[in-house]
Amino acid sequence: MTILVIAEHDNKVLAPATLNTVAAAAKIGGDIHVLVAGQGAGAVAEAAAKVAGVSKVLLADNAAYAHQLPENVAPLIAALGLEAGGSGYSHILAAATSNGKNILPRVAAQLDVDQISEIVSVESADTFKRPIYAGNAIATVQSTAAVKVITVRATGFDPVAAEGGSAAVEAVAAAHDAGTSSFVGEELAKSDRPELTAAKIVVSGGRGMQNGDNFKHLYALADKLGAAVGASRAAVDAGFVPNDMQVGQTGKIVAPQLYIAVGISGAIQHLAGMKDSKVIVAINKDEEAPIFQVADYGLVADLFEAVPELSASL
Amino acid sequence: MKVLVAVKRVVDYNVKVRVKADNSGVDLANVKMSMNPFCEIAVEEAVRLKENGKATEIVVVSVGPSTAQEQLRTALALGADRAVLVESAEELTSLAVAKLLKAVVDKEQPQLVILGKQAIDSDNNQTGQMLAALTGYGQGTFASKVEVSGDSVAVTREIDGGAQTVSLKLPAIVTTDLRLNEPRYASLPNIMKAKKKPLEVLTPDALGVSTASTNKTVKVQAPAARSAGIKVKSVAELVEKLKNEAKVL
Repeated sequence: MTILVIAEHDNKVLAPATLNTVAAAAKIGGDIHVLVAGQGAGAVAEAAAKVAGVSKVLLADNAAYAHQLPENVAPLIAALGLEAGGSGYSHILAAATSNGKNILPRVAAQLDVDQISEIVSVESADTFKRPIYAGNAIATVQSTAAVKVITVRATGFDPVAAEGGSAAVEAVAAAHDAGTSSFVGEELAKSDRPELTAAKIVVSGGRGMQNGDNFKHLYALADKLGAAVGASRAAVDAGFVPNDMQVGQTGKIVAPQLYIAVGISGAIQHLAGMKDSKVIVAINKDEEAPIFQVADYGLVADLFEAVPELSASL
Repeated sequence: MKVLVAVKRVVDYNVKVRVKADNSGVDLANVKMSMNPFCEIAVEEAVRLKENGKATEIVVVSVGPSTAQEQLRTALALGADRAVLVESAEELTSLAVAKLLKAVVDKEQPQLVILGKQAIDSDNNQTGQMLAALTGYGQGTFASKVEVSGDSVAVTREIDGGAQTVSLKLPAIVTTDLRLNEPRYASLPNIMKAKKKPLEVLTPDALGVSTASTNKTVKVQAPAARSAGIKVKSVAELVEKLKNEAKVL
């Protein structure tokens, strides 16, 4: 059994979510190969070769893969998955990031197999658990596919060590360019704060923040704590903050050591994104807010007084 | 330009579902059902394309039980011109749905297909990408902006660190994210008019599509419950608890 893990990267740095995905592969068992598809991504391949438990790194370095467009990358992965003579892969895994979610279903359809999305545990080599209905139910799913195509929810698996391995890097020559799509540009949010899904502490604001400007109270608190800042869907819908800050069923899934929910009522779809946090703190002036039903520590208070006071006391 | 919109009938987003006692699934008896919220955004985007003169006809399609006609009528009331139901009482996987939609695409030949990025029941986030693979079309997933010009469409996508814009040759597949638009409500006169709009019912057999699956749901369980903690009286007490009891500061 050999498992192919698709590396999450930006052509420069191997993203931490890859380490959680390799951890899921290690639970399944077997040889683990990592595919780095990109352009000028040699440093990423070298980093992947050092990851504990990885036995081979495939580097597909080509202009067609520069922006990891699914129309070009999916045929590459599908072809690797199918490689004849039994040397193909038993499983193909990617992190359930916006990139993994974009590419992997396209691979599954090309291989004519059903995908299993966002697994949170490995029961056996063919059986996995995944949340459905915003995490209000956990389904155990068994796959009979020859190649099992799976996305991995990073918070379900502790990352493997980034160092300690010494895999060989092998170049993959195949260049697939479907010619149906092209990259125009991107706008990435610049922030000195940690990345939301990787942060040890997350401070999130909801509709109770009243406007985007008031998020400055949360940024001040986050900077004291070395925390990332998130938001509920209500805050995103109201235009307070951009969508990439959204924590929830259809936003980012986080499970930090400490999650501080400020002015968040606790809708089902928000809880789906944060209820696996180790310690949850809720600050809300409505003592009936559902968020208090999942919070370890609840403070019924006006956030505009409590948050600055909290920042000052740290 | 003809636009095809796919919609799914799902449990209403306000309903907190319960797992059945025999662990065979969730209990959907007597539960309010609605159009998946991301599908509402897909319908709205198509209607706006028609209002802007970019789209000439909107065909809305659903794969599901006969009761999914309710959601198709809703889409017709919102501005779709006609509807197609691929009727199947079984619960189908995303790949099976994508194959059925591919058969409808072959029949209808739309220039643009718009779907929700994810259904809030199965939470798969697969169907649009799979349909793109089966048709060979380009895909603009998690769209926050869609601009059609000439024979291409520029799609701005919500990605983990911000936004990305790609250009796709038409025909193409778009899946919607939250901020693409704010769906309208159907007016009463339009709800009445929608009752007279054409609604065609097809079956997987008639389309010649196999809905066999490589996935089997073995069981469905309730998640581990998280119990409520304590209420603290002050910020000082909160900091003390976080430092000395939870030890996270």
